[in-house]
Amino acid sequence: MDTHIKELKIVEEAKQPLSMNPKKFALWLFMVSVLMLFGAWTSAYLVKRADTGWAEIILPQQMAINTAIILASSFALIMAYRAARHDNLKLVKLGLGLTMLLGLGFLVGQFVAYGDMIKLNQYFSGSNVSHSFVYVLTAVHGLHLISGLVFLAVVLADSYKFKVHSKSLTRLEMCSTYWHFLGILWLYLFVFIKLNP
Amino acid sequence: MATTHIHTHQDVHHDAHGDDHDHHEGNFWTNYIFSQDHKIIAKQFLITGIFWALLGGTLSVIFRLQLGFPDMNLDWLKPVLGGWITPEGKLDPEFYLALVTMHGTIMVFFVLTAGLSGTFSNFLIPLQCGARDMASGFMNMLSYWFFFLSSVIMFVSLFISTGPAGGGWTIYPPLSALPQAIQGSGLGMTLWLVSMALFIVSTLLGGINYITTVINMRTRGMSFTRLPLTIWAFFFTAIIGLLSFPVLFAAALLLIFDRSLGTSFFLSDIYIGGEALPNMGGSPILFQHLFWFLGHPEVYIVLLPALGITSEIIATNSRKPIFGYKAMIGSMLFIAILSFIVWAHHMFVTGMNPFLGSIFMLLTLIIAVPSAVKIFNYVTTLWKGNLRFTPAMLFSIGLVSFFLTGGITGIFLGNSAVDIQLHDTYFVVAHFHLVMGSASFFGMLAGIYHWFPKMFGRMMDDRLGYIHFWITFIGVYLVFFPMHYIGIAGFPRRYYSFTNFETFTGFTDLNTLVSVAAILTLAAQFIFLFNFFYSIFRGRLAPANPWNATTLEWTTPRFPKHGNWPGEIPAVYRWPYDYSKPGSKEDFIPQTIPFSETPESNLPHENELIKLEGNGNGAIVVEGKH
Repeated sequence: MDTHIKELKIVEEAKQPLSMNPKKFALWLFMVSVLMLFGAWTSAYLVKRADTGWAEIILPQQMAINTAIILASSFALIMAYRAARHDNLKLVKLGLGLTMLLGLGFLVGQFVAYGDMIKLNQYFSGSNVSHSFVYVLTAVHGLHLISGLVFLAVVLADSYKFKVHSKSLTRLEMCSTYWHFLGILWLYLFVFIKLNP
Repeated sequence: MATTHIHTHQDVHHDAHGDDHDHHEGNFWTNYIFSQDHKIIAKQFLITGIFWALLGGTLSVIFRLQLGFPDMNLDWLKPVLGGWITPEGKLDPEFYLALVTMHGTIMVFFVLTAGLSGTFSNFLIPLQCGARDMASGFMNMLSYWFFFLSSVIMFVSLFISTGPAGGGWTIYPPLSALPQAIQGSGLGMTLWLVSMALFIVSTLLGGINYITTVINMRTRGMSFTRLPLTIWAFFFTAIIGLLSFPVLFAAALLLIFDRSLGTSFFLSDIYIGGEALPNMGGSPILFQHLFWFLGHPEVYIVLLPALGITSEIIATNSRKPIFGYKAMIGSMLFIAILSFIVWAHHMFVTGMNPFLGSIFMLLTLIIAVPSAVKIFNYVTTLWKGNLRFTPAMLFSIGLVSFFLTGGITGIFLGNSAVDIQLHDTYFVVAHFHLVMGSASFFGMLAGIYHWFPKMFGRMMDDRLGYIHFWITFIGVYLVFFPMHYIGIAGFPRRYYSFTNFETFTGFTDLNTLVSVAAILTLAAQFIFLFNFFYSIFRGRLAPANPWNATTLEWTTPRFPKHGNWPGEIPAVYRWPYDYSKPGSKEDFIPQTIPFSETPESNLPHENELIKLEGNGNGAIVVEGKH
């Protein structure tokens, strides 16, 4: 070996471990914890329902309409995402705005549905525990939906600053993941209560 | 090796995360208070945890005074406790319940969850994985401040006129749900629930960060099988917390509704003063199911980090690789899984179907298997090791001792038939204080002694550490060992007074002994506190790698700045337990040393890794000598 080689050291390669975007990963973990929260309540619901003294739940018609609204909002968001991938910035704003509008519509619809629940003598407190469950499940879902709306608003503001386009999709992707998750969560809660009234 | 092609890569120093972190020169507030540096946040958790540990320990000594010296005149405590000392100089019975409740809550959640996981997960995950910081420094900061807010609320609840929560740390309804039940179910209980809700938020924020960082932010070469066992333990702990804490949140929220908004999730058929309450249709047992679905995993949230810390310290100070590295990971994984399907063993006396009880009994007893694997591996790591009895090592060995003695009584309690006799007696108190309380506490102390040089750049005093260890170790056994006998004799826990019952008066002496030992053990902690705070400012400056350990944190400077490593993050080439490797000159080989530099000690499969191939693209990296 000549002296030039001596100054080098030969080292096997240290492989970069497999990893994904930490923020996206953290969002998935957050959704797991939300799932556990609702998992706990729906399990408690089933246990309680098998017990004595469960009054049947009549879900107002409005909630079915709300389900349609939240599904529509997901489609609007898919449209916005596709537009962003093709750098159609106008359509991105339109899609995001539409999603937010439908999300707000869902919340208003839930509020109307609470009125219908009360008309059916299904109160949060004072009547049967089964009705209390419906209020808890829907209200906490609604709270999460509000957080989703805030997220959408942030991304919408970004899109006005030209920060949402085919080269910068992370935020929109995370927002979409969360919003679709909330939609699926609602679908789960709705079908769950329908099947186990 | 001389006949190989050498590919010279000039750009090997590129660094995925950049060096943008290590030039922060903020002010006092951004550096020490609202810091996003994981090391500062870890210290914040540690100091807050120490504060809570001191408070929790003091509360226990106050109720031990009542149990050990039932005739004592406690008027001298009046300046502190005021109205909680009755005119006859006795402890108020309802305040006794509040003391027990707060001792449990503080120790389980604020000290051994936030204080232990918060400190060491935060401190070690980025340092040992080779990351500049946590995945989200901001979320990490929020995690501490939610914990701080939760601490403030819990602390304030100690000073309100009706006293803090008094329904036991498990807050079973209906006792906790009806403000008219006892004073401790009033405002104190409300504050407890609010505080715990914030605590759960803090734990989730922390846990999400820990998991994300371990999975996504490891340095080059740090595969999962090269992770130190500490990281594995913190990783499992965070996953358990992520899955179980939301369930406690669910239970707490329903309890809040029952208390404040008139729902009846947990209430039914309750008569107060002969009059029925309007609440119908709820089930208090439902709360117990929800609570223990968190409550049992919580035991492992408390214990696993301590076990991880112990694995690391025992291997380092035995100068031997940990025995059964993969078995250690496997047993932790197995414990983590089992922890979710054994919760009903806390509820054997709730009128559960005996067949269901048998299933939970079986699952519970299976936990003995991975636990025994761990103890076996600790002992076999120590076996014929070149032992160095540092204070950290002593506390780790103490942990193994407590884990064994406390674990054995777990086998008694896991049997549903035996549990019916022992349920809610001092036997249970003795069991969990040894296996969960003291073991985890020792793990925490071991961790502080071991990583103090990295945290503060200075050494703690060994001699004070030895005195601290021996008094605490003997003290803990003197406190909890007699409790087994008291429990087998049928002493129920949480009773204010035993001298009122003829049956139990025979144990007054033993109770006095326990109380004296408890006071001495608490007193010994002040030796530690002095050592800790004195050493922060006046301790001997620490060498770069005081314990000759192999892991990455010892490659950082003495006072690492935000970003941890001044240059690029070191890469990792081997597992963290190359101690006393045959053929090696030193008795430890750091993880950053490539196999190609240690031909004298490589094993055949390690030589395979560096086998140089004719045109192995990217298989070789050649760097100029630094």
